Amino acid sequence: MEAIRPPIAMLAELTHRCPLSCPYCSNPVELAARDSELSTAQWLSVFRQAGEMGVLQLHLSGGEPASRRDLTDLVAGAREAGFYTNLITSGIGLTEKRLAELDTAGLDHVQLSLQGTDAAMADRIGGYKGGFDRKMAVAGWIGKIGFPLTLNFVMHRGNMHQLPRALEIALEMGARRIEVATVQFHGWAMLNRGALMPNQAQAREASRVVAEARAALKGRLVIDYVPADYHASYPKPCMGGWASTGINVAPDGTVLPCHAAQTIKSLTFENARDTKLRDIWYDSPAFNAFRGTDWMQEPCRSCERKTVDFGGCRCQAMALAGDPAATDPVCVKSPDHGVVQKLAAEFSEGDDSALTWRSMTAPVG
Amino acid sequence: MTPGDTPLLPRGVRLHFDRVREGWVLLAPERAIRLDAIGHAILSRVDGTRSLGQIAADLAEAFDAPVDDVTRDSAEFLDALAERRIVEVA
Ligand code: SF4
Ligand code: SF4
Repeated sequence: MEAIRPPIAMLAELTHRCPLSCPYCSNPVELAARDSELSTAQWLSVFRQAGEMGVLQLHLSGGEPASRRDLTDLVAGAREAGFYTNLITSGIGLTEKRLAELDTAGLDHVQLSLQGTDAAMADRIGGYKGGFDRKMAVAGWIGKIGFPLTLNFVMHRGNMHQLPRALEIALEMGARRIEVATVQFHGWAMLNRGALMPNQAQAREASRVVAEARAALKGRLVIDYVPADYHASYPKPCMGGWASTGINVAPDGTVLPCHAAQTIKSLTFENARDTKLRDIWYDSPAFNAFRGTDWMQEPCRSCERKTVDFGGCRCQAMALAGDPAATDPVCVKSPDHGVVQKLAAEFSEGDDSALTWRSMTAPVG
Repeated sequence: MTPGDTPLLPRGVRLHFDRVREGWVLLAPERAIRLDAIGHAILSRVDGTRSLGQIAADLAEAFDAPVDDVTRDSAEFLDALAERRIVEVA
């Protein structure tokens, strides 16, 4: 196997707490309680270790990172560790004063999520009344301070038609980038596939709108696009390959190769409280389990795309094929591809209103 | 970009020396771009006051290369970054 390279980016899930309760939240269904979260000092130690290892970009995420009272101290610590520091937020919990403090602490960039393009949609999806208006106010303060802004629009069957307006909002806010991401089925989204799965016509229309907007807005707005993968022929190169570039830390300090990795129950993940980050990255059996291409089975093993998409997402292989080392069933070459297509078709005709909103107590059954 | 234009790195974009990999990178929203010696030479001269023409003239002298070639290559490099909103024109 090739030499293991140091990670480039870290996703720090500071907390699972969040004022919103999006039904597609990628947090695990069993959310970490507040008293299990790493302390300020523990996070700062994680950041220092990550900086020494070669991490360049730090994404502060959650849950809602603004739910941590020590957010400003964490940003200051992140800058001290040498990172480019990105705050991934719904905006709820940020005030003009807090944003100014984050500016002084050296925050580099803000990524603001958009649940819908009007209050009716956004507040319904986020399960938080007044959330949309508040978010617009926050966007105004972000613009006033001058933080570079990326808007993140998570699309699903219920709001996909709002994509053109989402692009306009990004321009109005002065965002440099927008991420247009079709919902990924992990965590809470798994429970809501029947209400969230786009149909094929919608998925095609979204791709068309994106292609058109990319041409029209070249040099003004950068559009990153995650298409609906259940309708695709090849899987996404998830995380650029397992444990190749990114490292995630969950609120309680568990260190993961991707945010959904804990759905693979056969793997044991270590905790930054007990083990040095460096030792986890280079030596942990869980990180080495799907590194490179040696672990692959057929059809991936002899496929020319194996260094393009790395066999797709391990968590999706687990969820849909029952084997984390299987070819991602989204792939046309997977023996389970037919099952995925059938599922996608069924789910896309599901009940629009059968939504389970995220909550701190896991739903039964 | 033409020689009269003045490129700048907008807020949220900066050069960073990566001590672990021993090289310069350009850090930008969701991007870390590894720079070769030429890329670094160009971007380290981008300060929002010098025009592309001035930058190219300086580079041509430093690298003992024809100024027309340097201007064309630098414009191409900066245009590609501008398209991704990583470089702006003042
Ligand atoms: S997806 Fe929604 S509920 Fe989940 S962390 Fe983000 S804003 Fe909160
Ligand atoms: S067979 Fe494996 S490597 Fe080939 S395209 Fe499908 S998922 Fe990718």
